[in-house]
Amino acid sequence: MQHVSAVREPLVTGGKTLHDVTQDICYQVEAKPNIRWMAALSVALFFLGVFFYSVYRTVWYGIGEWGLNKTVNWAWDITNFVWWVGIGHAGTLISAVLLLFRQKWRSSINRAAEAMTIFAVICAAMFPVLHMGRPWLAFYVFPLQNTLGSLWANFNSPLLWDVFAISTYFTVSLVFWYIGLIPDFASIRDRAKGTIAKFSYSMLSFGWKGSAKAWSRYETVSLILAGVSTPLVLSVHTIVSMDFATSVVPGWHTTIFPPYFVAGAIFSGFAMVLTLMLITRVVFRLEDYITLEHIALMNKIMMVTGSIVGVAYITEFFIAWYSQVEFEQYAFINRATGPYWWAYASMMTCNVITPQLVWFRRVRYSIPLTFALSIVVNIGMWFERFVIIVTSLHRDYLPSSWAMFSPSIIDIGLYVGTLGLFFTLFLLFAKFFPVINMAEIKTILKYTVDNGPTYNPEKAHAAHAHQPAIHGAPASAPVTYNKHD
Amino acid sequence: MKYWKGIEELESAPEFMQSAFAEFMPVKESHESSDATSAPRRDFLKLMGFGVAAATLASCETPVRKAIPYLNKPEEVDPAISNFYASTYFTGSDYNAVLVKARDGRPIKLEGNPESPITRGGLSARAQAAVLSLYDGGRLQHFAVKKNNSHEKVELPAFDREVRSKLAATTGRIAIVSPTIISPSTKKAIAEFATRYPSTTHVMYDAQSASGLLQANNGVLPAYDFSKANVIVSLGADFLGTWISPVEYAKQYVVNRKVSSTKRTMSRHFQFETAMSLTGSNADVRVPVKPSEIGAVALALYNAVGGNGGSSSYTNPQLTKAAAELSANRGSSLVVSGSNDPAVQALVAAINQTLGNLGTTVDLTAPSNVRQGDDARMAALVNEMNNGTVGAVIFYNANPVYNHPLAEKVKSGIAKVPLTISLNDRLDETGSLCQYAAPDSHWLESWNDFEPKRGYLSLSQPVITPLFATRQAQESLLHWAGNNTTYYKYLRANWRGVTPTDAAWDKAVHDGVATGTALPAAPAMLMAALSPAVAASQISGAAKPSGIELALYEKVGLSATGCEANNPFLQELPDPISKATWGNYLAVPRKMAVENKWEQGDVIKVTANGHSVELPVLIQPGQTNGTVSIALGYGRTQAGKAGDKVGENAAPLAMTANGIQYMNVVTLAKTDATSPIAQTQTHQTLMDRKPVVQENTLAKYKENPKEVTEYEKVATPDGLEAPGKVSLWQDYQYNNHHWGMAVDLNSCIGCGSCVIGCQAENNIAVVGKQQVINRREMHWMRIDRYYSSDTHKDSFDTKGKVATYAAMEDPSENPQVIFQPMMCQQCNHAPCETVCPVLATTHSSEGINQMTYNRCIGTRYCANNCPYKVRRFNWFSYYSNEKFETVNGHMFTDLGRMVLNPDVTVRARGVMEKCTFCIQRIQLGKLEAKKQKRRPKDGEIVTACAQSCPTEAIVFGDMRDPESRISKLLRREDGERAFHSLDSINVQPNVTYLTKIRNSESEFFAKENA
Repeated sequence: MQHVSAVREPLVTGGKTLHDVTQDICYQVEAKPNIRWMAALSVALFFLGVFFYSVYRTVWYGIGEWGLNKTVNWAWDITNFVWWVGIGHAGTLISAVLLLFRQKWRSSINRAAEAMTIFAVICAAMFPVLHMGRPWLAFYVFPLQNTLGSLWANFNSPLLWDVFAISTYFTVSLVFWYIGLIPDFASIRDRAKGTIAKFSYSMLSFGWKGSAKAWSRYETVSLILAGVSTPLVLSVHTIVSMDFATSVVPGWHTTIFPPYFVAGAIFSGFAMVLTLMLITRVVFRLEDYITLEHIALMNKIMMVTGSIVGVAYITEFFIAWYSQVEFEQYAFINRATGPYWWAYASMMTCNVITPQLVWFRRVRYSIPLTFALSIVVNIGMWFERFVIIVTSLHRDYLPSSWAMFSPSIIDIGLYVGTLGLFFTLFLLFAKFFPVINMAEIKTILKYTVDNGPTYNPEKAHAAHAHQPAIHGAPASAPVTYNKHD
Repeated sequence: MKYWKGIEELESAPEFMQSAFAEFMPVKESHESSDATSAPRRDFLKLMGFGVAAATLASCETPVRKAIPYLNKPEEVDPAISNFYASTYFTGSDYNAVLVKARDGRPIKLEGNPESPITRGGLSARAQAAVLSLYDGGRLQHFAVKKNNSHEKVELPAFDREVRSKLAATTGRIAIVSPTIISPSTKKAIAEFATRYPSTTHVMYDAQSASGLLQANNGVLPAYDFSKANVIVSLGADFLGTWISPVEYAKQYVVNRKVSSTKRTMSRHFQFETAMSLTGSNADVRVPVKPSEIGAVALALYNAVGGNGGSSSYTNPQLTKAAAELSANRGSSLVVSGSNDPAVQALVAAINQTLGNLGTTVDLTAPSNVRQGDDARMAALVNEMNNGTVGAVIFYNANPVYNHPLAEKVKSGIAKVPLTISLNDRLDETGSLCQYAAPDSHWLESWNDFEPKRGYLSLSQPVITPLFATRQAQESLLHWAGNNTTYYKYLRANWRGVTPTDAAWDKAVHDGVATGTALPAAPAMLMAALSPAVAASQISGAAKPSGIELALYEKVGLSATGCEANNPFLQELPDPISKATWGNYLAVPRKMAVENKWEQGDVIKVTANGHSVELPVLIQPGQTNGTVSIALGYGRTQAGKAGDKVGENAAPLAMTANGIQYMNVVTLAKTDATSPIAQTQTHQTLMDRKPVVQENTLAKYKENPKEVTEYEKVATPDGLEAPGKVSLWQDYQYNNHHWGMAVDLNSCIGCGSCVIGCQAENNIAVVGKQQVINRREMHWMRIDRYYSSDTHKDSFDTKGKVATYAAMEDPSENPQVIFQPMMCQQCNHAPCETVCPVLATTHSSEGINQMTYNRCIGTRYCANNCPYKVRRFNWFSYYSNEKFETVNGHMFTDLGRMVLNPDVTVRARGVMEKCTFCIQRIQLGKLEAKKQKRRPKDGEIVTACAQSCPTEAIVFGDMRDPESRISKLLRREDGERAFHSLDSINVQPNVTYLTKIRNSESEFFAKENA
C-alpha cells in the first residue's frame, strides 16, 4: 500500500468498503443473466453467424467473393486487420505502461481494457489468415523445419514480422490478463454456490490461496509482464506500419508510419475502451469505479494521440510537396481530391477535428458527448486505414492499371461479423469474468485517511441507488463513512 | 516323483534355467539381438502397424486413369516432345501461315511460320486463338438431318444417298454460298460439283466486303506494299487491324517505321477515318471525318494531286499537307481506302495511278485473293431465293442469316428453297435453318491449299484426326459429285503442276508454303469499274445525309463474319483502342455524350433500316463529331456457350444499296437501362508521367538521337546520378545467362496478338465479362493504351495542381495514342520478392523473377507492391468453379483440356501468377543445347509474345551474350532510345523500352518538355 496524496480526488467514489467492492463486482457474475445482456448477446450471436457465413463463402469459393481486383489487392481485409490491432493497443497501454508509470486510476479499467485487447487481437488475427488465397497453408509462414527444400520463411518480408509481432503480442497480453484474473477467480470460487461454478472457478483460479508469498509473486510477475509488454505497445503497430512503409507504393512508402501508426492505435484503442466502458459502467452499475474522472483522463489521452495523428497527416502532405516526387505528390492530391475524397474527408473530420472538442471541459466530462466522440473516432480510424490502403493502391504508378474498389456483401459481412465475434466474446467475458480487477481496486480504495471505510451493511445497499453523476464537475465522494471510527 | 517338462529341464542347462521360472519371457535387448527366445513384441507391433496401414491403403480406391499406349509408335511422336507442322489459317478474313505445335498428337499452340513470304512469322490474334476453336464443344459433332424442327443424327452413307438423290432431283438453280475461297483445290472441287450438277453457281460474299475495291480494279484486289511507301494516306482503311491482310501489311508498314541512329527516317502516315481504329491510332496525322465525307475527301485528294474531278465539298489543312507530301513522293506513296463504295475506290485507284504508284506500292499483276466476294451477286441470289427460282442452296462456312445485312430476306429465302444443305461447322443461325447439316472438319483436321496472293501458295495439313464424326466439306462436295477419292489425293493430284516430284511436295508440306499459281480466276464482277470522272460526279452528286451517321467496323479480335464468336480468348481480348471486352457498344464522341447527358454504360436504342439494336454507350475519344460507331461480329444467337448473346448484331443496320455500305444514318434514343462495359483499362490518359513511357518527334531524333529520351537522375553527394548507382541492395551475379527483353514502342502497333499468344502458351484462364468489370482479367501480358490530353503539367502554375490533374484525366477530342506492352519486368531489385513471407517468388540465377505456385499462400502483397501491376491472382478456381464453365469451358472438359500446354501448370485457386518470360521455353532451349553440348544460340529461345509479334517489336534474348540481338540492340540504343519504365524507383527491370518516335508534333507531354 502506498501513500496517496490528501489533495487528490478519490479514484473510487461512493465510499466503498472492501466488501462492497467484492459484492459489486461478483454480483454480475453470480446473478442470473439479465434481459439486456441476453438481448445484446443475441444480436452479437447473429452477427457472429454472419461472420461464419462470410468465412464459409470466402474459404469455399475464394477471395473472389470480395471486392478486390488486380490493382487493389488489399482493402477491407487489411483495413479491418489494422483497425482491430489498433484497438487492441489500449489494453496493453493501460495495463503495462500505466502500471509502470503508477497511474493508479488504471485499476478500474485495466481488466476490461485487456479483455478488449485480447478479443480485438483475435478479431484482427482473422484477417491475415482469411485474406490468404490458401489459408490452409498458413503454416508456411512459420519458420518450421520443412522438407520443401530451400523454401523457408522470408525474413525480409514485413508480413513475416507481423506474424511474430502479433503472436507475441497476443500471447503476452493473454498471460498478463490471465495472471491478473487469478485472485479474482479465487474470490468468486470462494463465494460460489453451484457445483459447476465452484468447479469451474477453482480450475480457473489455479488453486489460488491468497498467501503473502503468492501475493508477492503475483506482484512481481505483474511487474515483469508489464516490463515485457511495454515495448510491445510500440513494436506491434510499428511492425504493422512496416507492412506499408517498406513497400514502393506511393502513399505507403513513408518513414513517418511507425510513430504515426502507434499514436493512431492508442487513439483508436482509447476510443474503443471508452465506448465499452461507458456501456459497461451503466449496464453493470459500476459508476463508482469508472468515474467521470476516468472518462476525462481517457479523453485527454485520446485528444493528445489524435493530435499526433493529425500532425502526421499534415506532415505526409508536407513531405510529398517537399520531396518533389511526382508520384508521391499525386498520391496525396488524389487522396484529398480524387474519387475517394469522401473517405479522406471523413477521416480528417473524425480524427483531427472532433477530438479537439475535448479541450472543452464540458465535453470532456459529458458522458453522451464522450460516447459520441468515441464512436466518431472509431469510424475515423477505420477510414484512416481505408484511406491509406485503398486510395494509395487504386492509383499508383501506371495510370493504365488505375481502378476503383467497392466492397462486396461478403466484405461487409466479414467486418460486421468480426464485430459480432468481438461483442460475443466481450459479453461472455462481462458476464462470467470479473470486469473490474477486485484485488487491485481494493488497494486504491483508501485515500486521505489512515483507515479506510468499513463495511456497513445498511449503507452498502443504499449506495447502489445513489448516482453520483454530476455533469460538468468531478464526482466527489459522498460521505458515507466515519472518518475516525 | 518328478515329472520333467522336457529334456531341457532334466539336463538343467544353465541357459534354460535362466528363464525357466521367470514369469515373463525376457525382453529383447536391441534390434540386433537374434535371440530366438525373446518375445517379438516390437516385431508384432511393427507387423500390426504395417498390417493396419496396408489394409487401410488397400481399401482406398485409386482413381483409374486410362492411358492407352501406342501399339505402333509413330516415328516422330515422342511423349512430352512437341512437333511443329506447317499449316495455314484462313477463315475468310485474314490469311496467316502458321506452325502448329503438336504435343502427343494434339495441337496446343499456333506460331507464325517464318518461311511464309507473306506473313513472315507474324500471327494475328485471331489466328493465335484459332487452336482453341478446334476443341470447341459447340461444333456439330455428326451429320444431321432436320426432322420435326430439330436436327437428328444420321449415318454418313444414308446421308450421302439422300443428299445425292435430292440434288439429282433438283430442278432449279443450285447455289453454293461461301465466303471468299482462296483454295485452288476447293475451287476445283466446286467446279467438279458444278459439272455434275450443271445448274450450280458459286456465290462468294464477304461479311467485311471489299466488293467496291474489286470493282474499281476490274475484279482484282491490288497487292500493296507499305514498306515502299514514304507517305501513306488511308481513307478509313484499318490496314493494321482488320483490312484485307493486316499481318502482312503490319510487317510491311513497320519496315519504314523503325528508326535507329543510322536510319533517321520514317514514313509519314495520314489517316482520315470515323471511328478511332488501330491504324488511326498509329497514324502521324489523324483527321476525323464522317463516313459520308470519305468520298469528298477522296475527291479533294484526287484534285489536289493533279486529277480533275470537279470541286469537292471537303477542305482540311491536313488534307492539303497530305496531298503535297504525296505529290512530293511520287512512286513511293500509297493511298488506300476502306470504303466499299466503288466510286471512292475508283478515285483512290486513280490517285495511285496519278502518283505513279502502280508497280511500286500498288501491284496489280500479283494481286491478293483474300477478298473475292461480289455484293451484287449475293444480293441477286437472295432475291432469286425469295423468287423461288433456286432449287438448292449449300452454305459452305457461310452464315448470311447472321452476318449479311439482308439477313431477314436470306431467312425467308431459305424457307422457299426446296433443298438446303449446311457445310458449316455448327448449327449456327444459317445451319439450323437448313435441312441437311454436313459439318466441315476444322482446318487443323484437314488437308487444304491456299493461294492468298497470285504466285504464293500454301498448304494446311491435318495435325489431328477429326475429333468428331465430321468430313471435310471438299470431300462432301466431291462425294456428292460422284468422285469418291479422298481430298488429300485430289489435292495432291491438283498440285502436280506446282510440285511435280514427291520431294518437292514433301518440301512444300514441310515448309507449308510454295511458289506457283493454281487458283482459277474469280468470275468477273457483275458491275464494271467506274471511270474517275464518273466516280467524281457520282460523289459530288450524292445527297448529303442529315442526322447522326453510323459507321460499322470490325474488331481486331472478332471478324465481322462472327465465326470467332465462340472463342473466349478473342471475346476477352481487349479492343486495342477502347480496351473493352465481351461485347460491342455504341462508340460516341464526348461532345455528343455531353450534349445528350449520356454516361458511359447508358443503353441507347439505335435505329436504321427499320431495325434497331440496344447498346451501351462508350465515350470514344477520336470519334468524329456527329457520328457513332458499332462493331460487327457480336450478338450471335447460335454460336455456342461462350459466344451467344454477347453484344448485339449490327449487320442489319448497314446500307445495302450499291453493295454493302458499312454506314447509315441512324436515330438514337436513350432507354432507361444501363449495361456496364467490361474494360481492362478505365483510366485513359498518361497524366504526363514521362517516367512510365516516353516519346518524341522525328525532327528531334534527326537532330540528335541522344536527346529524345529523358533519363531520370537521383541526387547523390557526388551530384546527379543514374538511379541504379544508389542502392540498398546487393546486386545479383549472373554468371551464365541473363535474360532480357526489349520492346520497341515505335514498332508496336498495339494489335494484341502477343496477348493471345501468351494466353495460349501459358494456360491463362478466361474469366468472363463480370470478372473483367471487376477488374480481374488474368492476362499476363497486356497492352497499355494512353490517349494524349489537352492539359499538361505546364498549367500547374496557372490553373493549380488539383485542377490540372483533374483536367489531365480527360483525353483530347482527337487524341494521339501510345501503346506500351506491359508484362512482368523481371526486376533485378524486385519489390515483389522481398515482401513475400514464404519465398514463393524468388530471383533466379538467370535474372528471372520466378513464381513457385506450390509455395504461394496468396497474401497478394507482391501484387500490391508491383509498380507495374502485372501480377494476377486466382480469385476463384477458374477450372472448376461452375461460374466459369461458360467462358473458360475448355478447362472443364476432357475435350477442351487437350489444348492446355502440358509444360505449364494450371494454377490453383488462391495462387498468384504472372509472366515468367516463358520459362518453359527457356528451359527447353537450354536442355536442347545441353544435349548437343553447346550453348543456346541467340534466337533459339523465343517467348510466345515475341514469336507472334507481327512487327517484331519484341526482342528477347540473353543479355550476357554480347553477340545476341538484344545485347547489340541495347548497346546501340543505350543513351538514345533505351529506357526503363519507372527507372527512378530503382527496381532495375530486365525489360527495356525504346522511345516512340512520331513523325509529327507530339501532344503527349507539355511542350517545354518535348
